[in-house]
Amino acid sequence: MYRHHNKNRSDFEIITPLVKEKSKVLDLGCGDGTLLQKLVNDKKIVARGVEISEEGVASCVDKGLSVFQGDIDEGLADYKNKSFDYVICIQTVQVVRNPKKVIQEMLRVGKKTIVSFPNFGHFMVRFGLLFKGIMPKSKTIPYEWYNTPNIHHLTIKDFRNFCGSLDIKIEKEIPMHNTKARSFSLGKLWANLFAHNGMFIISRK
Amino acid sequence: MPINKSMNYTGIVKIKYFTFASKNNPFKLECGKTLNQVTLAYEIYGNAKNIDKTILIQHALSGDAHAGGRYSPEDKKPGWWDAMIGPGKTFDTDKYYIICINVIGGCQGSTGPGSINPDTGKPYGSSFPLLTIRDMVNAQVELINHLGVDKILTVVGGSMGGMLTLRWAADYPDRVISAIPIATASKHSAMPIAFYEVGRQAIITDPNWNGGNYYEKETPAMGLAIARMIAHITYLSDESMHNKFARRLQDSSKNYQFSFETEFQIESYLHYQGTAFVSRFDANSYLIITKAMDYFDLSYGYKNLAETFSEVKSKFLVVSFSSDWHYPPKESKEIVTALRMNDVDVTYSEINSSHGHDAFLIEFKKLGSLLSGFLNNLEKEISDV
Repeated sequence: MYRHHNKNRSDFEIITPLVKEKSKVLDLGCGDGTLLQKLVNDKKIVARGVEISEEGVASCVDKGLSVFQGDIDEGLADYKNKSFDYVICIQTVQVVRNPKKVIQEMLRVGKKTIVSFPNFGHFMVRFGLLFKGIMPKSKTIPYEWYNTPNIHHLTIKDFRNFCGSLDIKIEKEIPMHNTKARSFSLGKLWANLFAHNGMFIISRK
Repeated sequence: MPINKSMNYTGIVKIKYFTFASKNNPFKLECGKTLNQVTLAYEIYGNAKNIDKTILIQHALSGDAHAGGRYSPEDKKPGWWDAMIGPGKTFDTDKYYIICINVIGGCQGSTGPGSINPDTGKPYGSSFPLLTIRDMVNAQVELINHLGVDKILTVVGGSMGGMLTLRWAADYPDRVISAIPIATASKHSAMPIAFYEVGRQAIITDPNWNGGNYYEKETPAMGLAIARMIAHITYLSDESMHNKFARRLQDSSKNYQFSFETEFQIESYLHYQGTAFVSRFDANSYLIITKAMDYFDLSYGYKNLAETFSEVKSKFLVVSFSSDWHYPPKESKEIVTALRMNDVDVTYSEINSSHGHDAFLIEFKKLGSLLSGFLNNLEKEISDV
């Protein structure tokens, strides 16, 4: 169940107010369904999930959630354009084989896409490699090189550039410090230096 | 889940029969032929007061109406899905009205090729018409109506039982609240057709088969046993066969005998399966039912599978098993894909198991808890409406 190993409840606290009542939500890598269940209870959403692990799927079924057991990319292909109000992918894009394809598919099936990921631009990560000469770690990247599930490494700035190059509209950027959403008054550079996680709400232009 | 002491389920069950159709009002089959009289054998578990929460259990190729319970306290073997049926179990007899029906074409109480043709007073034999999965479902509808069941809370079954489940949901969308097809496919691909054809040839080329008219003579036991042995291999997996038998010999103290006597344990096991099957199954039924499965293609007559499901209203739980190569998980995923294209509420789970296709009769713990979760929430949703 590596896909939600790193998921903070804080992501869930931040996302909940962003989601409109009675909307239709697809959570990619939904784990045991905690976020979807919260959104069903708090926002009366219509919930769908995709989860790779059998145990995760069983927990979701216990919660009354409808989920697909499989890879994220196969979990998306059948859906028609704009079939969801939100497609959510928490702390997962960095572990999928082809994040560009997944994000493009999310943007296709969802009116809005919410993505969060560990920020490899955090100053501790930068210091780690620069001064210690070892693969860096931080609160949200606690792994060794040989056991990390993160096969893609990106920073908040990387993600902004990615959106720019693919003509993706950034509706909102939410840098997260420790476990809280935080505004970095000194601007975008500081977010990329001090945020442990980046969260973006994006859509097709 | 606590096991309640149930007032209405003793575990002692009775097989029942329902007969319908007549010369003036025959039962029409997809092949164009008709049956002037149809009997269905069925069993009921749980109380009729729960008729608004009916569960229809569908059996597989070699199964029967005896899904749960025992016929007497001395009865050694309970029904084939007894681990799932009873008070406090997944198919909770305290909560649900549970029905299991032997399919037409079968040989365990329902009208099949071994039944007496009322027009001739003799067994149908070779004159029994070829059937489809839809024919089997249409016959069930007669009984379901007779029992006074309007909507079915869940139609559920594995293998061929899954095909019957899919057919129900596609053909009677207003009557099926939810459907749980397990270890199944929306159509027979070339591989299962191939294996079943080898089995059918074994029966048909048995000299005792006699064009299907053998009921007063020797039965094509050898052909049927071979058919069962072949099919049984496809229900296992490489891993389960290795775990259970590997290359072990019947008598490990002996060296190779250099003879065709039974030497390997796997040989002995298959022989046993073949012989045991012959004692409880009719060769003509085997031909009719395997052919019905081969004809099964849910999308036949539609543009594609997604169109087949265009009227579907049921909530779905589709379950496959990782080592099933008879109906591999990808065939279950095709069902899920087509359902999702219609925006049907569907959950898909691939249970990790080494037991191959047979897992649906073995993995009770995983399957049971998954299905319980699904059913419990279904009940909540219905009571919310």
